[in-house]
Amino acid sequence: MSLLQVSNIVAGYGETEILHGVSIAIEQGHIVTIIGPNGSGKSTLLKAIFGLVKPKKGQVIFQGRDITGLTPEAVVRQGLSYVPQSSNIFPSLSINENLEMGAFVRTDDFRQRLEEIYLLFPDLAGRRKDRAGTLSGGQRQMLALARALMLDPALLLLDEPSAGLSPNMVGSVFEKILGINRAGVAILLVEQNAREALQLSSRGYVLASGQNQLEDEGQKLLDNPDVARLYLGG
Amino acid sequence: MSTASPRTQRLLPKWSASYSVVACFLLLLVLAFFSIVKLELMVNGLFLGAIIALGAIGLSLIYGILNFAHLAQGDFMTLGAYIALFLLGTLLPGMGLKDTGLGPFTFGYPIFIALPLAILVMAAIAIGLDITIYRRLRRRGVGRVVLAMTSLGLAIGLRGIVQVIWGGDTYQYPRLSKAFYQLPMGVRIPPDNLFIGVTAILLVVVLYLFLTRTKIGKAMRATSDNVDLARVSGINTENIIRWTWALSAGLAATAGVLLAIFQAQLIPIMGWRFLIMLFAAVILGGIGNLYGALAGALVIGVAAEVSTQWLNPAYKVVIAFIIMIVALLIRPKGIFGVRD
Amino acid sequence: MELSGIIGYITGFAIMAVIYAIFSLGLNVHWGYTGLFNIGIAGFFALGAYTSALLTTASPDPLMFEDYIFGGDLPARLGAWNLGIDLWFFVALMAAALICGIVALFIGFLTLRLREDYLAIATLGIAEGVRIIFLNEKWLANGSKGLYRIPKFLGELVSPQYYDYLFLGVVLVILIVLYIAVDRTIKSPWGRVLKAIREDEVTAEASGKNVFNFKLQSFIFGAAIMGIGGALYAHNVRFVDPVTFDPLLATFIIWAMLMVGGSGNNKGAILGAFVVWAIWTGTQFLPGFLSDPNFRYVMIGLLILAVILLRPGGILGEERVVSRLSETPPGDASPET
Repeated sequence: MSLLQVSNIVAGYGETEILHGVSIAIEQGHIVTIIGPNGSGKSTLLKAIFGLVKPKKGQVIFQGRDITGLTPEAVVRQGLSYVPQSSNIFPSLSINENLEMGAFVRTDDFRQRLEEIYLLFPDLAGRRKDRAGTLSGGQRQMLALARALMLDPALLLLDEPSAGLSPNMVGSVFEKILGINRAGVAILLVEQNAREALQLSSRGYVLASGQNQLEDEGQKLLDNPDVARLYLGG
Repeated sequence: MSTASPRTQRLLPKWSASYSVVACFLLLLVLAFFSIVKLELMVNGLFLGAIIALGAIGLSLIYGILNFAHLAQGDFMTLGAYIALFLLGTLLPGMGLKDTGLGPFTFGYPIFIALPLAILVMAAIAIGLDITIYRRLRRRGVGRVVLAMTSLGLAIGLRGIVQVIWGGDTYQYPRLSKAFYQLPMGVRIPPDNLFIGVTAILLVVVLYLFLTRTKIGKAMRATSDNVDLARVSGINTENIIRWTWALSAGLAATAGVLLAIFQAQLIPIMGWRFLIMLFAAVILGGIGNLYGALAGALVIGVAAEVSTQWLNPAYKVVIAFIIMIVALLIRPKGIFGVRD
Repeated sequence: MELSGIIGYITGFAIMAVIYAIFSLGLNVHWGYTGLFNIGIAGFFALGAYTSALLTTASPDPLMFEDYIFGGDLPARLGAWNLGIDLWFFVALMAAALICGIVALFIGFLTLRLREDYLAIATLGIAEGVRIIFLNEKWLANGSKGLYRIPKFLGELVSPQYYDYLFLGVVLVILIVLYIAVDRTIKSPWGRVLKAIREDEVTAEASGKNVFNFKLQSFIFGAAIMGIGGALYAHNVRFVDPVTFDPLLATFIIWAMLMVGGSGNNKGAILGAFVVWAIWTGTQFLPGFLSDPNFRYVMIGLLILAVILLRPGGILGEERVVSRLSETPPGDASPET
C-alpha cells in the first residue's frame, strides 16, 4: 500500500478548474518529484492534498485513511507537513517561535526535537531569538523546512524549495532534502529545477495543463530526450 | 494606488520610528517648561491616550487577524461602560454590597468586581456575535467591506439597545469624593486618572505577556502574520478568532469604563464619538501593529488635550482626524510601518 | 379618523420618503455604482440643508438672540426675482448642490486613493467635523439654536392646508429629474467605464482609464444629489440644527434604505426609501417598548444586518448578476504557479 495515493483530483479556484483529474502515488520513504511548465497545476496539487484547496472530485488516501477535503489543521495532524513556495515563515516571530509553531500539534515535550532540528540547521541555532523577518532568502527557506520538520512527519510536501535561491544555496537545499529523506521522511517535491530534483527522486511525474503527462522512474525521466528538451532545458 | 494591506503589518515588530515619537514628547516637555504649553494638558493627554490605547490595541488586533475595520469597537466601549454602570448602580448594591470609599478615588471597592465582570460579559457578547453573525459571513467568503458594513449595523444596534434600556439621559458611576493631587509645575491630577493609568499599564503588560509567553498568544501572532501557514501548522484559526474577539472586546470594555470615569459621565453615543480617536491611533501607528497602536494613542491623546490650550475642546476629535488624514497621506503604513 | 387627516398624513409621509429617496439615489451613485463606502452622508446632508437655509432665511434678528452673520433673504433685499414664483428656491437648491460638490472635490481629492474601509473612516470624520463646526461656530449658523422659520417654497401661492400637496409635487418632480439624470449617466459611456472599474479595477487602470478621476467625478455627482436632498429637507422641516444630523437619521437610515431596496439599482434605491421610511414611521403604532423612539436605532441595525445576512441583493436585487454584498472580492483567490 502506498504511503500517499492521490486519485483523479479535480480542483481549482472559484469557477476556474486547474486540475482535471490528476493521480500520483508515493511510497514509504521515497522522494517523488513533480515537474512541468508554469500554470500546470503543480502548486495547486499540493494545496489540494493539504486541504488549502478543496477538491471537487477525486480522493487523497494517506496511510490507508481517506483525508480528501480535510481542513489543513486536520491534515497536519495525520502526519503530513507542508512548506509553501513563498510566505512560508512567520516574519514577526522569532526563529525559536517559528519552530514552536511548527510543533503546535505535538502533544509531547518538543524541546528535544527542537535541539535535533537546531543540529540539522546550525545556521539557525545561532540566531534563535532573532526575528524571522530579518533572515536572508536562503535562511528563510531553511527555517521553512525546519518548521515543517518539527512535527516528525511521515511525508513532507515541498513547493519549489529552491525557488529564488542562488546556485550555492540550491545545492545546500537539495543536500538537506536528501538528508531529511535518509532519516526516513518521504518527500513530495514540486520543482522548477527539474534536473537536480529528478536526480534525487525515485519517481517523477510530469504535469501539464492540469493533467498527468508522463510518469516514470526519476532517472529514466532524466534520460528521456523529450523530457530533457521540454522541461530540463537541455 | 491603494495603501498596503494589513498583512504587511505585524503585531509586534521591532522598534524603529519610536525615536521620533520620543523626540516629539521631549520637545513638548521643553515647550511646557517654557510655559508655551501647559504641562497639565500634556499629562491629561497621556491619560486620555492610555484610554485610547486600550481601544486601539483591540482594534489593531482585529485588523491583524480578522482583516477588517471593526466599526463597532466604539460601541463595544459604550456597552462595557453601561454594563459596569448596571453593576455598580443596580446589581451590586441590590446584592447588598456597600459602596465604601476606596482611598481618594471617586469610586469604591465594587469597581474591582464591576470592571472584571464587564470585561467577561463583553467578551462573551463579542464571541456570541462572531458565532452568530461573522462566522457565517466568513464561510461565505465576503470581503472586508461587507464585514465593516456588518460591524456598522451592529454598532447602531448595540447603541440602540443601550438607549432603549437607559434612555438618552446622562449617567454617572456612583461618585464619592473628588480631590486632586497637586504636582509641580501647576499640574493637578485627579486620583481617578492614576487609577486609569495604572489599569491601562496593567492590561497592556498582561496582553504583552499573553502574546509572547503563551502558546495561544504566539499562535495569534502567527495567524496575524500568515493565516494559511498557521492553518498548515495545525493552528485552529476559528479558535484564534474567538480569542481575538474576546481580547478586543475586553480591552474595549475596560476603555469604556475608564472613559466614563475620565469624563465623569456616560452617554450612549460616547463610544461612537470615540471611534475616530481609535482609528486615528491605529492608522498613525500602523494597522495591525500593536506597539504602534499604543504609541499612536499616546500621540493622539496628547495632541488632542494640548490643542485645547488654543482651541475649543469640542475640536479635539477634529485634531485627531486631521492627524489621521495627514498620516494616511504621507505615510500610509504608519509611523511604525514595517518594511517587510 | 377623517379622510382628509389620513390623506394629509400620507402626503407628509410621501414627502419625506421622496426626500430620502433622493439621498438613496445619491448613495447609490457612490456605493452601488462606484463602490465608495461613504458613511459620512450626514456631512453632505447638513451642508446642503444649511446652505439652502442660510440663503433663504431672513437675516438674524438680535431680539431673538440669533448670532449668525450670514443669512440672506437676498431676493427681498435686492428687490429682484419677484416674479410671483419663488425662483430663489431653485438657486438655493443649486447652491446646496454646488457647495456639496466643492467639498466633495476637496475631500475626495485627499481621500479617494485610499482603500475602501479607510475611506469610510475618512467620510465619518468629515461628517463629524461638519457637525462640530456648525455646532461651535455660532457666527456660521446660530450654533445649537439652529435656523428656523425657513420659508416655504411658493408659500404664498396656496393656502396652508393645500401646501403639502404642492410641495409633494415639487419634490416628486425633482426626484424624477434626478432619477433620469442618474439613469442616463449610468447608461452613458462614462457609466460604462464606471462599471468596468467596479468589475475589475486593476484591468481598468491597466487599459488606461484614470480610475481616480472617475471615482472623484462619481463622488462629486453623488454628493451634489445629497446636497439637493438636504436642501429639500430643510425646506420641508423648516428648521435645522446640528442635532438634526444625528448619524442615525442622516446616514444609517439611508444605508438601510439602499440595502433594503437593492444597491446598484436606482429603482431599488427609491423603493427602499419608501419601505424603510414606512417601517420607521410605522414603529410608533407598535405596542410597548417597540414604539420607543430609541428602538428605531436597534431596528435600523437589524435591518442592515438582515439584508447582509439573508438577502444581500435587497428587494429588487441588483442590476449585476452577483450581489455586491455577497461576493468574494477579486484578487482574493490564491495565485497559481
